[in-house]
Amino acid sequence: MSGTRPDPTQLYRPKMPATWWLKKKSYFLFMLRELSSVFIALFLLVYLCQIYQLTRGPEAYLSFTQKLSSPGWILFHLIALLFAVYHSVTWFQSSAVVLPVRLGEHLVPRQTVTALHIGAWVVVSLGILILFLALKG
Amino acid sequence: MATEKTTEPFWWGLFSAGGVVAAFLVPIHIILVGFALPLGWITDTGALYRIWWVKFYLFVLIALPLYHWAHRFHFALNDMGLKPLSKALAVLCYGGAIIGTIVTAWVLLKL
Repeated sequence: MSGTRPDPTQLYRPKMPATWWLKKKSYFLFMLRELSSVFIALFLLVYLCQIYQLTRGPEAYLSFTQKLSSPGWILFHLIALLFAVYHSVTWFQSSAVVLPVRLGEHLVPRQTVTALHIGAWVVVSLGILILFLALKG
Repeated sequence: MATEKTTEPFWWGLFSAGGVVAAFLVPIHIILVGFALPLGWITDTGALYRIWWVKFYLFVLIALPLYHWAHRFHFALNDMGLKPLSKALAVLCYGGAIIGTIVTAWVLLKL
């Protein structure tokens, strides 16, 4: 066997049903986390469309913004916001695992690292809000 | 296992950078664009999008999470039983992100 690759047709390949992620809550939450990226990307495309309207003039930009006040769009943004916040929280949790923080000899507890990330997230969000209000014209 | 040179670290780097951008920056923008502006809590003219460094910021904000999407969506589809189509799905997902990057740059440069 040495030096040769095994015949791929002879390998055991476990069959996973396509719905495996519905069988356990943790699997389902994992899949929700993966799908959060879809809603984040969709939102960013909507945002890009809104910015594109500016190339067609201020009226087009305003009417697009007003269009987003329909119940369907509000619902879409509500779902997108929930997914985005879920992504943020799970991302900060996994960052604390992937990038452990040391203080001298001691490892900073994961919860503390996650909490610091969340604190930074709030500060960054407020910073963006203040900048937006200052520059919006 | 023989070590093969792959482009995976490159795409993983973009995935990771996009994940950071999405985590820190996207929620506040959803609140602004999805609620504050359409519901009239704040009014704006869009004038700030013509500032050069705001454009650069928007490019990072929009383009990087597209690679985050491509990576996660590709693996989610694989995990949902579409592994036989993995190569084609990778082209669709990452190709979509690349097209999205080009369109974003085009829109921002046109402003």
